[in-house]
Amino acid sequence: MILVWLLLIPLIGGVMAWMFSGLSRWIATLAVLIDLVLALQLWLSHPSMPIQPVQGTAIGAGLAWIAEVQYRWIPLLGASLHLAVDGFSLLMIVLTLFIGLLCVWMSWHDPVSREKTGFYHFHLLWLIAGMVGVFMAMDLLLFYFFWELMLIPMFFLISIWGGAQRKKASLKFFLFTQFSGLFMLIAILALYVLHGRQTGLYSFDYTELLGTTLSREVAGWLLAGFLLAFLVKLPAFPFHSWLPDTYTQSPTGGVALLAGVMSKTAAYGMLRFALPLFPEAARMFAPAMVILGVAGILYGAKLAYAQSDLKRLIAFSSFSHMGFILLGIFSMQELAYQGVIIEMVAHAISITGLFFVAGMLQVRLQHTQLDAMGGFWEYMPRMGGVAMVFVMASLGLPGLGNFVAEFLILAGAFQVHVVWTVLASLGLIASMIYSLVILQRVFHGKSKQTLTHADLKPLEGLVMACLVAAIVWIGFFPQRIVRSVQPVVQQLKQIAVKQNNSAADYEWVWNDLTLFK
Amino acid sequence: MDVFHLLWLVPAFPLAGFLILALFGLRLHSRAIAWIGTGSIGLSAILTLWIGVHFLTQPPANYQYSLTLWTWFDINGFAPGIALYLDPLSLVYIFVITFVSFFIHLYSTAFMRSNEGYVRFFAYMNLFVFSMLVLVLANNLLLLYLGWEGVGLCSFLLIGFWYRDEVNGYAARKAFIVTRIGDTAFIIGLFLLVKQFHTLNIQDILQQAPVVWSAGATAVVWVTILLLGGAVGKSAQLPLQTWLPDAMAGPTPVSALIHAATMVTAGVYLIARTHVLYSLAPAVQLLVAIIGLLTLLIAGFSALAQHDLKRILAYSTISQIGYMFLALGVGAWTAAIFHFMIHAFFKALLFLAAGAVIMAMEEEHDIFKMGGLRKKMPVTFWTFLVGSGALAAIPLITAGFYSKDLILFDAFASTQGSFWLWLGGFVGAFITVLYTFRMVFVTFYGEQKKPITHNPEEEKAMMIPLVVLAVLSVIGGWIELPHAWAHFTPFSDFLTHVLPPTNLKPDMESQEFMLQLLTAVIVFAGIYLSWLAYVKKPALSASWKNTSLGRACHDFFYKGWMFDQLYDKLFVKPVVWISRIDPHDFIDYIYEGFGRLNVLIHAGFSRTQSGYVRWYLLCIAIGILFIFSLILFV
Amino acid sequence: MISVPVSVQLLLPSVLFLIGLLGVLIRRNVIFMLMAMEIMLNAAGLVFIIGSSLWKQADGQVMVIFILAMAAAEVAVGLALILQVFQMHKTVDVDQLQELKDERERG
Repeated sequence: MILVWLLLIPLIGGVMAWMFSGLSRWIATLAVLIDLVLALQLWLSHPSMPIQPVQGTAIGAGLAWIAEVQYRWIPLLGASLHLAVDGFSLLMIVLTLFIGLLCVWMSWHDPVSREKTGFYHFHLLWLIAGMVGVFMAMDLLLFYFFWELMLIPMFFLISIWGGAQRKKASLKFFLFTQFSGLFMLIAILALYVLHGRQTGLYSFDYTELLGTTLSREVAGWLLAGFLLAFLVKLPAFPFHSWLPDTYTQSPTGGVALLAGVMSKTAAYGMLRFALPLFPEAARMFAPAMVILGVAGILYGAKLAYAQSDLKRLIAFSSFSHMGFILLGIFSMQELAYQGVIIEMVAHAISITGLFFVAGMLQVRLQHTQLDAMGGFWEYMPRMGGVAMVFVMASLGLPGLGNFVAEFLILAGAFQVHVVWTVLASLGLIASMIYSLVILQRVFHGKSKQTLTHADLKPLEGLVMACLVAAIVWIGFFPQRIVRSVQPVVQQLKQIAVKQNNSAADYEWVWNDLTLFK
Repeated sequence: MDVFHLLWLVPAFPLAGFLILALFGLRLHSRAIAWIGTGSIGLSAILTLWIGVHFLTQPPANYQYSLTLWTWFDINGFAPGIALYLDPLSLVYIFVITFVSFFIHLYSTAFMRSNEGYVRFFAYMNLFVFSMLVLVLANNLLLLYLGWEGVGLCSFLLIGFWYRDEVNGYAARKAFIVTRIGDTAFIIGLFLLVKQFHTLNIQDILQQAPVVWSAGATAVVWVTILLLGGAVGKSAQLPLQTWLPDAMAGPTPVSALIHAATMVTAGVYLIARTHVLYSLAPAVQLLVAIIGLLTLLIAGFSALAQHDLKRILAYSTISQIGYMFLALGVGAWTAAIFHFMIHAFFKALLFLAAGAVIMAMEEEHDIFKMGGLRKKMPVTFWTFLVGSGALAAIPLITAGFYSKDLILFDAFASTQGSFWLWLGGFVGAFITVLYTFRMVFVTFYGEQKKPITHNPEEEKAMMIPLVVLAVLSVIGGWIELPHAWAHFTPFSDFLTHVLPPTNLKPDMESQEFMLQLLTAVIVFAGIYLSWLAYVKKPALSASWKNTSLGRACHDFFYKGWMFDQLYDKLFVKPVVWISRIDPHDFIDYIYEGFGRLNVLIHAGFSRTQSGYVRWYLLCIAIGILFIFSLILFV
Repeated sequence: MISVPVSVQLLLPSVLFLIGLLGVLIRRNVIFMLMAMEIMLNAAGLVFIIGSSLWKQADGQVMVIFILAMAAAEVAVGLALILQVFQMHKTVDVDQLQELKDERERG
């Protein structure tokens, strides 16, 4: 039942915020806060998930939910309101609500949200609800429903409260995600039909569909449908072209949820649905995906360095980091899976921090052009300090969450793909080069203008302090996350790529180069 | 209570200092800042001393002690901990780090007083000390890497401390990125170790490595080369040495602490720490020696041509670390660590004294615009002279002699050593003397060219560290006497609990005296030569500089063998070019192209929607006709 | 009874239909277009009659009644619309009634 509440509170809160526009900030704060407390309490009360002994060979054999509800929805189609969470889902829900709360607070001082405040918060809360729904839907039709539900408030957030080119950006975003989402719908329907034909039981239920036997080609096509949706949303190379426009044109609250959480729904979808449903096909696709991941890391870093707009730079840095996630998922190693999940959380926090900094600068300067910045340390040492933390997180400084994640991803990937991992590691150098640009061109150097009272306001300070605390906490205590996602990783481990252990002779280096033989 | 349990406090004090300064620093009075910043290090130093005394009197089992604070993460048995490890090697390091840091902090309280960002300076410095302590106390390589990157960060922040000047920012960025290149090699090495051992615990790896790997196995060669990459970057050795001279853009105490005494020797620590691996890969170990040798020569020659007091010292640091690498490369592990310690004393001393000089000269760095400071700044002069003596390794009275002589002897006499390695080091020693005393004579002798407005000798906080470090630079050498003399070697005896003793070729000790004599001769010859060239007959050096060959050499050495220019052409320019050619992401054009195509098609169809009803009707009629003809005739 | 071949019978509705079609296409006055459409409808009715007599079934005649009724209703609605159009635009020339034209030609 708590799951339903988790979903309903932001939905109701959103409507209330719309109705009582004057109080909308407080209502939104309250709704998200209550939701966060509920989710957090549920997550904390299950410190480590029991790993059920895996019975049989089916991929889902070890799944154990912390909480689960199932209501009738469309019995005729075999679709039900099946909500369930395990440690992984719950972690993502807590993350969503955490970022969501900070977004609400962050837009407090944002003049953008002063127009139609209630309506703004309505969209924000429904967006949060959509994401929460995505993370707990265990029925594929329901999952698709929430997947699309996230899209609509996001579209409005950009097109109403966005920057100067918001029309184009929101349309581009909508077309990309909607179009790719349709392929997932086709794949879901096809899987539903095939499964129904085989077993006579027509159902969209996740646990039911797990372990459907499919021929190689069919599974490949279906996985391609799923992956297209996920790769666009992530985004992965070369489906990233909506990202810079959208990220730069979004209002600060929207972009934090977009870059921080919505991109993680794609990674979540891969780990939860794409891989377990089509393990064979995933193995088949893995090499190509690994290459896409590495290409994304390097290409994103290159683009980030070339930007002259702070928000675009951060947007491309986010794209570059998504390459790590893709690489980690499809190297199919336990270390990498854990790394991916930690990266999902850590990157969400660090990118939110960076976009918040950019957003605060935008409020103060009315622009985000790097050329017109410089020397701001003098006027806002506190903001410079927090910006430094997130810049360092972005370049993978140990002690902050992203390092643990990227280390695990690369260490895991290295077990199977030496050459690609080494190339990906070059991304560590590249990420440093572009990340330092943020710090040095904004805060260092000679100041070109005088700002007064520009440093963090108390509420902004609180938001940034929360983010800093979170990223440091992950950096030093990732074990809490590791433990709570253990069952999922165990499940995914069964589809691991075969590890090559002939380390004595270095043939495996060259195996990488002949992936497609 | 067992004092070793308090080991965690050694890094915790500086961390606490950092946190207090970072969180509340903007509201604190400068006196409080100085007390917190210096006091935290002082506490660490006292605790280190206490632990050290315990370690010597009641050593823990096997001379090693580990303290696990918590498990960082545990993934299927791969569980690096936040865990500290104390053995003689790390003890020597934390001793040097805490004490040298303490004196440098003390010095900085006065040196940095007139600067804005006083609190920022001490916060960064405390963070640095914390990271450095973590680096040397880590029991696994991942935690070591944490410290490793942490010191890199602080180095970056402190080089760019005066952030308004773009040049400083550039130097900081360069230092961070160049070392990051090495660090990336390092971390790939860690991946390889994880793949092999499923652990990063240093002691476990060192124990398992000889079992798993035979000598010269490909994997161990790769691991050692990759770790060497990290070491080379951090310790500014060939080919990643270019960042260190530019790093002198930071405040002088920073140069003393980070870029001379501690951080730059992290590479030495790393190699010594993983010495078992290097012993398994003799070819790589030889490479270490060769890198050390080449670096010490290249940097030595570069130092000869510099005008900037701090850049001379920077090149000298590179060169001296080259000696340490040479020692590591010939298996003289303890000699390398010994030289590290002595070098930390005298190089910190030199930098601090140089800082006092520069302060007196109002930020003038060019030694040729100084001169004649001997009388005006006696304390500075004498301590600087002691430091220089140690750097030049004046026999018997300076500590530098004992450590450098040990390295030269081992380079010759170790089973991995050879005459050529010794000869290179020997030539390097001669160059060292030349540039050292060139610096001394030009700065302190001759005519005074600039008046002193504010004499830093009045600052007690600045003079005490100089004197203390000068004393250490003299007596520090007496804990390890040459083999030929009475076999008094407590330092290496202490370290042999960790590091294997140097294997000497048979019958070498008899030749040691000969080598020492040679060294002594060139030291005095070098001092005489520089005295001749810069005090007695300054025209001599000037006339040499005016020949075309002399000018070419000078330029070449002055620019550090043109490495910067080379790398600029090879790497920097191409990278910048690549990123500039397509800032708008050509992939976007593909999607934009789709969009354009749609608009085009739309325009075509749009024209048919003319608004003429009769036109529509005609279309319908034609359509019907078309369909009927299809039905009828096809 | 003289039987006329079906093909000849169909000639009349065909000609009527073509006249109607041409009328719709050529005339610009909406009222005339409406009348031309009526002719076309009647042509279709005639075809139904012919079919009904050919197969000796009443269905065709039923359809004609249906068409007549519908045509009456249609004319009523059509004339009402035309009146409305005339009131709004002061014209019954279709070529001047171009509100539905796509203004965004070539985007």
